Amino acid sequence: MNPTSLLKQAEEEQQRQQQLNLRVFLCYSTPCIAAGAEQVKTALESLIKEKQLNTELEIVATGCMGPCSRGPLLRIKPAEGEEQTYEKVTPEQAREILLHSIEQRPVETEALPADLPFFARQTRIVLSNNGEIDPEKIEHCIARGAYSALAHVLHEMSPEEVCNEIKNSGLRGRGGGGYPAGVKWNLVRKSPADRKYVVANGDEGDPGAYMDRTIMESDPHRVLEGMAIAGYAVGAEQGYIYVRGEYPLAAARLVKAIKAAERRGLLGSRVLGSNFNFRIDLRVGAGAFVCGEETALMTSIMGRRGQPVPRPPYPAQSGLWGYPTLINNVESFANVAPIMEKGADWFASFGTDKSKGTKVFALCGEVVNSGLIEVPMGISLRDIVFEIGGGLPDGGKFKAAQTGGPSGGCIPAEFLDTPVDYESLKELGSIMGSGGLIVMNETSCMPDVAKFFMEFCLDESCGKCVSCRVGTVEMYELLKRITDGSAMLTDLEILEELCELVQETSLCGLGMTAPNPVLNTLKYYRDEYLAHIENKSCPAGVCQLDQIPLMKLPEHAAERAVFKEER
Amino acid sequence: MPVITLTIDDELVSARAGQSILEACREHGIKIPTLCNLDGLSARGGCRLCLVEVAGNPRLLPACTTEALENMVVTTHNEKIDRYRRMILELTFAERNHTCAVCVSNQHCELQTLAAELGMDHVRYDYLNPELGLDTSHARYGVDHNRCVLCLRCVRVCDEVEGAHTWDVKGRGIESRVITDLNRPWGDSESCTECGKCVEVCPTGALFDKGSAVAEMKKEASFLRRILDGREKNEWRR
Amino acid sequence: MTAQAMPSVPAEQSQQLRFQLIDKSLKKFQYQQDALIEVLHAAQETFGHLDEEILDYVSRQLKLPPSWVYGVATFYNFFTLDPQGEHICVVCMGTACYVKGAGEIVTKLEREFSVKDGDTTEDGQLTLMTARCLGNCSLAPMLTLDGEVLGKESAESTIAAIHTKATLTAAAKEKNA
Repeated sequence: MNPTSLLKQAEEEQQRQQQLNLRVFLCYSTPCIAAGAEQVKTALESLIKEKQLNTELEIVATGCMGPCSRGPLLRIKPAEGEEQTYEKVTPEQAREILLHSIEQRPVETEALPADLPFFARQTRIVLSNNGEIDPEKIEHCIARGAYSALAHVLHEMSPEEVCNEIKNSGLRGRGGGGYPAGVKWNLVRKSPADRKYVVANGDEGDPGAYMDRTIMESDPHRVLEGMAIAGYAVGAEQGYIYVRGEYPLAAARLVKAIKAAERRGLLGSRVLGSNFNFRIDLRVGAGAFVCGEETALMTSIMGRRGQPVPRPPYPAQSGLWGYPTLINNVESFANVAPIMEKGADWFASFGTDKSKGTKVFALCGEVVNSGLIEVPMGISLRDIVFEIGGGLPDGGKFKAAQTGGPSGGCIPAEFLDTPVDYESLKELGSIMGSGGLIVMNETSCMPDVAKFFMEFCLDESCGKCVSCRVGTVEMYELLKRITDGSAMLTDLEILEELCELVQETSLCGLGMTAPNPVLNTLKYYRDEYLAHIENKSCPAGVCQLDQIPLMKLPEHAAERAVFKEER
Repeated sequence: MPVITLTIDDELVSARAGQSILEACREHGIKIPTLCNLDGLSARGGCRLCLVEVAGNPRLLPACTTEALENMVVTTHNEKIDRYRRMILELTFAERNHTCAVCVSNQHCELQTLAAELGMDHVRYDYLNPELGLDTSHARYGVDHNRCVLCLRCVRVCDEVEGAHTWDVKGRGIESRVITDLNRPWGDSESCTECGKCVEVCPTGALFDKGSAVAEMKKEASFLRRILDGREKNEWRR
Repeated sequence: MTAQAMPSVPAEQSQQLRFQLIDKSLKKFQYQQDALIEVLHAAQETFGHLDEEILDYVSRQLKLPPSWVYGVATFYNFFTLDPQGEHICVVCMGTACYVKGAGEIVTKLEREFSVKDGDTTEDGQLTLMTARCLGNCSLAPMLTLDGEVLGKESAESTIAAIHTKATLTAAAKEKNA
């Protein structure tokens, strides 16, 4: 395929779609399937068969539409007139909606209001195709412009220009670190080597985060295109996508997408009629959170125990098999094609001074509308939770928003108006992280939350360095004491000192950030810790404080000293 | 080989390009505590005892894996670093069951010596007291997981010097254990050449000669440098 | 899966067929040592778990030290060295599920089926596992039962679902017999 035939195919598919009277979009992502989307699909298909409607309309099983708590979601798009979205659709309702829509009769099932803040307040760049295409049909993607940015880049731009465009856009790593992508790309481009690699990090391990899963499942070609552009820009001919083992559907769709793209000459040798060759292979993780750390991820791609190695050297200098390697998050790559298509200035017009563009968040926990959202950087937390999320259910009171998973922290209510960007969240002692945002109400106990994350970290510690391997266990033991009533005030001091040690002396990001949830909750909810220790009470009513403090060494030692003096 | 100059503890020292900070320190008699490091084996950066401060770097860096660079300003000892080293030793002691009084390596143990040198005289953390066994299936050697500090010198010497790769690690995090072959008894190992290098390089009483009683197990790791020089620098010419 | 697809093949022969499936994966990756994790994935999919015989086979085929293969197989959560139960229930313990009571579900399941997290019941019927976020946070608390996603669960509904599954399998078995 060359750029002209790509354009032609896009036009043909667009025409085919326009000729249909009606297009029915059914959200066919995991949450909606669990809510019954499969039965809805069967009902719709049998109706089409029954009424022989297959020439006039099509059902598109799309990726995630966003408001996952309202699934199954169904959207009707007639050739003329307004499109409508329906929530929590049953097979019976689906029949009714479709039947009445075809016959142009008023639909009885109530549609979602078109100005629903959940949709209206979002800005969709990365997720622009979500809910619009069948991710398993490459034609759908091409009709919406997939690979046109790659065609443009390969035929009109030099690698240097591509890197600079990314640099000017201000795109920063979406995996959590926020390192400027353009700087990284240029580093790899300038590293002299006869072989280079591009790696997409899809090992989304933070509990409460599923942005990357959704991107890979709902629009896999966007990730592949971003990787191919990166490959051209840095001079790599081989790419790897590392997908978490917990995401079999994402892996299956990516495999299918890679094959479809190769068959059309959009990947492989002489991509789109140029001299550029680029292969992408999939690597499926096997369940280790630490593999989200870039050096550990690379050792895992090489088939070894996923343990990190000290940096420097950075992957840009020496990565996979010792060759320069560009490693970015899946969401970062998903931003690449839109930037190349619409320009760095357009992208930089979204967001704040230092954090450009948008961020995808997985909004969940105690919130009315949980689901996947994409918002411009700098939006306030209040807008996310109360406008888009619709506030807390059952009159619950907002206590904290947890961001950044086990490396992040809890942001209390007094900071609800803080703009969400890399710097502001860091100042609050949390991090942007990969984008999990969990809302907690008054029934969440903060020492208990800290203990939850510490258990996660000790379980996921790779065991290479002492600080993390033993430090996480000892921090967990101390938190366990605090939450079971056997802690004394000295334990709190020991805990704080230990947090500092693990933060400063661990080998990789997992250990360095493992104490964050403790330090952050101690900063904002110290009273709760003190209530547990001094009053043996849990304000949130979560912990059972039925243990008593153990005999402690200092007192023991003091007793012995007295004994000695008397003698 | 090009020579570089750097400042270590306010003193100007020279080093060869490519050397680690630790190597540069050792050549100039500057002492940095180490546990996983052993001259002759690849650097691992796991024990975190050799962490040093490098001016301009916000984080402490392991001297064993960090390359010495021109004009670097390194601090190997200060109040904070020494305190951290003691805490790391405390964690190491709390992890397994290091009961010196009944250990074959008592008085000849690197961990014990480090504790004495760094002034670590008590452990404030909970002893984890894991239930660990002893494997004495091998005809000549034994392994006592209670004393293992996971420095992985045994794994590295077996792989890098002997070339047998009998040892490796199973599990991860606090559940990590050194294993032989498919986690079979050492005595059943098909790959073990019974060379005993792993025993000699083990810093504690985790690997020992069978038949040693308390405080009888003395080890000598300096053979390693000698045979490596002989091999790599071609000193042993026939 | 494969065993069910070939019910009439004698045990020894089916074992051979399974090793052939590992060979297929080995060939696909051209016996590259770097493909160890992929090969172990394939082996686990075929056998349900990785026992000593399989690990030894993989280590010989890829020409890797046995302890290396064992080390990799035990580093990752996905690989299991023990045979799994007939039904596998994986409870998500991600943050969203945790704040919505996943811990209680696990405790009650452990009590109901007298099995510990990570273990299989004595009769080999059920393996109970927990996962670090399965990425379906909007369905919290969620779990998977034999790969099927169940959302917004309670301890009671999960126990009921497991019993239903067990009864169905037992009935199907009886019918076949």
